[in-house]
Amino acid sequence: MSTLDTAAPGAHEEHHGPATGIGRWLFTTNHKDIGTLYLWFSLLMFLIGGVMALLIRSELFQPGLQLVEPGFFNQLTTMHGLIMVFGAVMPAFVGLANWMVPLMIGAPDMALPRMNNWSFWILPFAFAILVSTLFMDGGAPNFGWTFYAPLSTTYAPPSVTYFIFAIHIMGASSIMGAINIIATILNLRAPGMTMMKLPLFVWTWLITAFLLIAVMPVLAGVVTMMLMDIHFGTSFFNAAGGGDPVLFQHVFWFFGHPEVYIMILPAFGIVSQIIPTFSRKKLFGYASMVYATASIAILSFLVWAHHMFTVGLPLVGELFFMFATMLIAVPTGVKVFNWVATMYRGSLTFETPMLFAIAFVVLFTIGGFSGLMLAIAPVDFQYHDTYFVVAHFHYVLVPGAIFSIMAGVYYWLPKWTGHALNESMGKFHFWCSFIGVNITFFPMHFLGLAGMPRRIPDYALQFADFNMVATVGAFIFGFSQLLFVWNVIHCIRSRETVSAQVWEGAHGLEWEVPSPAPYHTHTTPPRVE
Amino acid sequence: MSAHASYYVPAQSRWPILASVAMFLLAFGAATLVNGLSAKSGAGPGLLMVLAGALLLGLILVGWFANVIQESHAGLYSDQMDRSFRWGMSWFIFSEVMFFAAFFGALFYVRTLSVPWLGGEGDRGVSQMLWPGFTAEWPLMNPPDSERFPGPRELVDPWHIPLLNTVLLVTSSFTVTLAHHALLRDHRPAVARWLGVTVLLGLTFLGFQIYEYVHAYNDLGLTLNAGIYGATFFILTGFHGAHVTLGTFMLIVIFLRVLKGHFDPTNHFGFEAVSWYWHFVDVVWIGLFLFVYVL
Repeated sequence: MSTLDTAAPGAHEEHHGPATGIGRWLFTTNHKDIGTLYLWFSLLMFLIGGVMALLIRSELFQPGLQLVEPGFFNQLTTMHGLIMVFGAVMPAFVGLANWMVPLMIGAPDMALPRMNNWSFWILPFAFAILVSTLFMDGGAPNFGWTFYAPLSTTYAPPSVTYFIFAIHIMGASSIMGAINIIATILNLRAPGMTMMKLPLFVWTWLITAFLLIAVMPVLAGVVTMMLMDIHFGTSFFNAAGGGDPVLFQHVFWFFGHPEVYIMILPAFGIVSQIIPTFSRKKLFGYASMVYATASIAILSFLVWAHHMFTVGLPLVGELFFMFATMLIAVPTGVKVFNWVATMYRGSLTFETPMLFAIAFVVLFTIGGFSGLMLAIAPVDFQYHDTYFVVAHFHYVLVPGAIFSIMAGVYYWLPKWTGHALNESMGKFHFWCSFIGVNITFFPMHFLGLAGMPRRIPDYALQFADFNMVATVGAFIFGFSQLLFVWNVIHCIRSRETVSAQVWEGAHGLEWEVPSPAPYHTHTTPPRVE
Repeated sequence: MSAHASYYVPAQSRWPILASVAMFLLAFGAATLVNGLSAKSGAGPGLLMVLAGALLLGLILVGWFANVIQESHAGLYSDQMDRSFRWGMSWFIFSEVMFFAAFFGALFYVRTLSVPWLGGEGDRGVSQMLWPGFTAEWPLMNPPDSERFPGPRELVDPWHIPLLNTVLLVTSSFTVTLAHHALLRDHRPAVARWLGVTVLLGLTFLGFQIYEYVHAYNDLGLTLNAGIYGATFFILTGFHGAHVTLGTFMLIVIFLRVLKGHFDPTNHFGFEAVSWYWHFVDVVWIGLFLFVYVL
């Protein structure tokens, strides 16, 4: 891992440089080292979760059972979801926050550097536990990443207990990471960096961190109730004892809906950094962006039961959650409008980060619209648990969250390494991903509307063509990510240096420190005018 | 804002990675232990892992806090660092509030919605087919399937031990504040005295709580297995009791540090953090007393 050494000999070191050997990574308190660790970990999880996705798509290439046992198929969908949500997307955003928030606000490091290291190093252990369940008697968790009771309690394999404790420690990691980010943003801003001058990535992360602290404990609560039901005789989710399996869904989605915004608000922040740079204009409607993000976060606590329209909610509940959900389209629309208005009459260029950011705006909006369709309760009765839902959330998570992470990495990698990207390879990666992602997920809308249920290894013959198309797209998308890995490594090892500003239109404190960013930055805080 | 120039960023630390190993041992060990107990195959290696993890984590916390205290005494911490600690502790307590909110939310949901639905309210016929004789009530003394989940025979009388415990905890919130005021006046014997009283009140509370649990299991038939009332009762009071235990332990640590001469009227965030936490467990208890015992 020594190729990751971003503070090359002779770089602008103000204090001590990094330690040498493996100890640098195990014992580090440096926000840049920890950010790098998060990002590599997330890439590894993305590739593992991606291989599972390709196994799923291979089984679905044709109707009938050909590749995996149905039981193992269920384990694959469960583990794919858990690994991508908790192992790939969330740690990637935390890694980007670790790298960029202190640079952007003029802080010497994160507020609580040792706890920062702890937040990261819990994760490999938590995922070691989770992945080890694949090799246990009875197999890995097989109840879907939403782990509804009683599938995850009465009918669960024994490995569910390991899953519960893995969730507990990764939750502790998330909460500590979020506390660190909030404390850094509220307390370590450089003089003159007032709240309404914060770069939008910092604002979105502040709000995301609040969501994390508010809902990760609720996730801990719900898995604890599962543990009690499974092993200690309680009946939280068992109607025979007076409990209610639907209670599980309420508590889970009270966590789960803010959780999906945890995976998209930092994406909004990244895109709001990139689009102004390559439009060579200031972000349109900065204040409205901040308020829209806060509104989305607040609304996210009031919409959870739109995931549960078919469980038999009272009519007034269906209506409340339907209208509250549709209300989210308003602040989201403000954001999309502002991104487009930023580009309007801008002096646009289309480098790799900008391509991913524009694709994000377009494809995330498609995912948002299918979300609006799902929000309509009477219509959702038809769509519920079909491939339409799969298409919807993959549109907001893959060309949404994942594209924004790729955009952010391409945008900031030259700052981290001091080396230029290979633009043509970056563009090639973009076009392969863009085409692959749409071939994979767009047909799923049609499959869902036609009634194909999600989480099944086999399907009726009329769904065959679109499934075959989706599988071809998945392989295009999956294998094109190797181009991304190649480009990252190429950029680290390249000899082509870049200026401090890197991109012509880039502004902010992070572009005023040299490239590569020295091991310690802003040890004396800059003054922001 | 001169404090900005001296924000202390520690060099490398071995504590976090060791603490991660300890958490791995605790999590993997606890899962192995619980699975082994459920499968009646004995504690096995799980118990050993849990004990090793707990011991390791305990040693790490001692070492880690000792480092922080040394750094503080060496004058490495600025006012800005103090504010980082304050934000950190505040948001940690907020996360704890949300943890309890999940269980309170579950309690309110079953009380006001799902148990009445089970009893047939709102034309919900399914439960009528499964358990035709079931009538909804709260506290739920007769769960739908009373053979699998035999309901409690009696409930804890709120006006005996729980009321006494309320008085004890509220008093302890006052005594810890008196200790804080004494510290602000630098009147150290009074600090130790009031902290000692707070610790004793906390321990007495825990003693009563253990007595109440034994009583509930042996005499009242109120158990984890007693249907949804027992489930919500024990998860709320149990996690509260666990937090009181942790809080009492933290108070003992602070008490010993006061005896060692730590803290002064201007610099004592460790003390304040513990008192914040103690007030938090007190407020949670008020919620418990009202919604679990009385109403």
